[in-house]
Amino acid sequence: MTTSLLEAVQVSKRFGQNQVLKSVSLSVGRGEVVCLLGPSGSGKTTLLRCLNHLERPDEGFVRVGDEVLGYRQAGGVLRETSERDIARQRRSTGMVFQQFNLFAHRTAIENVMEGPTQVKGVDRARARQRAGALLDHVGLSEKHNAYPNQLSGGQQQRVAIARAMAMEPDVLLFDEPTSALDPELVLEVLETMKSLALEGATMVVVTHEIGFAREVADRVVFMADGQILEEGEPSSVIDAPEHPRVKEFLSRVL
Amino acid sequence: MDAATSALMAGDTKIGNRVPTAEDLLRMPVHRRRRLARRTVPIVALVVIAATVVSFLGNEALEWSTVGRYLFDQQILDGLGMTVTLAVISMAVGLVLACIVAAMRLSGILIVRGMGAVFVWFFRGVPLLVLLVVTFNIGLLYPNIVVGLPFYEPLVSLRTSDLISPRVCAVVAFSLYEAAYGSEVVRSSLMSVPTGQREAGAAIGMTSSKVFRRIVFPQGMRIATPLLANQFIQMTKNTSIVAYIAVPDLLYSAQSVYSRTFEIIPLLLVVTIWYLVLVALLTIAQSYLERRFGAHERPRRTNPLRKQKAISHGSAA
Repeated sequence: MTTSLLEAVQVSKRFGQNQVLKSVSLSVGRGEVVCLLGPSGSGKTTLLRCLNHLERPDEGFVRVGDEVLGYRQAGGVLRETSERDIARQRRSTGMVFQQFNLFAHRTAIENVMEGPTQVKGVDRARARQRAGALLDHVGLSEKHNAYPNQLSGGQQQRVAIARAMAMEPDVLLFDEPTSALDPELVLEVLETMKSLALEGATMVVVTHEIGFAREVADRVVFMADGQILEEGEPSSVIDAPEHPRVKEFLSRVL
Repeated sequence: MDAATSALMAGDTKIGNRVPTAEDLLRMPVHRRRRLARRTVPIVALVVIAATVVSFLGNEALEWSTVGRYLFDQQILDGLGMTVTLAVISMAVGLVLACIVAAMRLSGILIVRGMGAVFVWFFRGVPLLVLLVVTFNIGLLYPNIVVGLPFYEPLVSLRTSDLISPRVCAVVAFSLYEAAYGSEVVRSSLMSVPTGQREAGAAIGMTSSKVFRRIVFPQGMRIATPLLANQFIQMTKNTSIVAYIAVPDLLYSAQSVYSRTFEIIPLLLVVTIWYLVLVALLTIAQSYLERRFGAHERPRRTNPLRKQKAISHGSAA
């Protein structure tokens, strides 16, 4: 990969005594779909949250385009930047959460419009039109005016995907998007994500869906204990792993 | 009734010498359990209600005609106006202070958090009547209010007792009291909005102040509304203690009338009626606000009747 869109460089993070990330580096190219696999507690989610600065790395940094998240480069120094600046930097990434986190007091279409109108300053009529189109795109043309608590988990997650896409981010980050769903609802969300991948979206996906990773990912990254153990094409990492820890994990989940 | 069922009713769980089959059970008549309390309790209740009403209406001391005469008496209405004014101003000032104190208690800076905690501890700890009397006598603590720079001649110097009338004292005491309780309501309501909501806001590029205004605050309000309405109701009634420092509120006005006329019970009844009316109005306002902030919590109800109608219209067309 010559030009990376998103790059984590030697990121370390600890929570109290627990070293969650140990100098992890990861780079994602434009249009690439990267799946992060690994046992729970391996640091996948924390790494993903560092990619939009929901977590601030203790050491190392994350670069999106030519900006360092949370910092401003000036005169050969990295200066911690303002909260407003971080909010602006976050616009280049969109995030889909495990628990959906739809704004509970807003309807589906209002959830999707919130970013464009409040952050980008798009006028309401245009934002509504575009939000409607996005909801139609994820198969929710009937549910524009439903509140989150009137939607199934799968529908909520598809609204969340539309909400992330509405900001037209360079990269979409997915944090175990199907882990909170009933088995029969997992498929509808995975199908939506797959169609995004086929349309050329750049995606980083933390998941336990090995089948999805094998089918959709351009690259699979296997993490354990805060480190990347193995990374490469799905055919090599999933079907012919080398590291014993990866072999052990895959033999238990496949 | 066939032989099988009559045998069962006689306490025999078997029919002949076999256990009844499912078919037997389906054929048996069903006797619902008699719910005796459902018939007797309403009768007892009606008797109690009737007795209360009769003793109430029939009591000469109540003097309903006197009640009617004073209900819209100018002095009483002025008192009512004072009560409402005190309650509304104290609640408004109290709420603003409550938000500030809540923000202090949620601050990341230890000393600010500590100041908020001490404020709550103090003004929740001092009984309201004591607080009111202390405020009333604040002139003894600070005889003059001085505006100016230290070590220079004061620009303005006023006697505290001129500046702070009993009603201002009341507003100050009630506001501080309300701020202490209200801040806990505001703080806990804001904290009950899940972190995921904030993170989702941050993830679409909102600044934290925008996250607060657009997401945390409206959702917190839904939780805070019934609690704050409770506070407001309590505040409205608590204002009656200003009678102690001779502020002419509803109670004080009634007292000054009956100290002349000795129509004590009828006037207290007038006071009671007005407080009940005020609380009823507040309760209506509360349910309106709850509906307004809670739109997202009501599952959309499809009215089955209307649905049917629409279908029949469609088929008719």
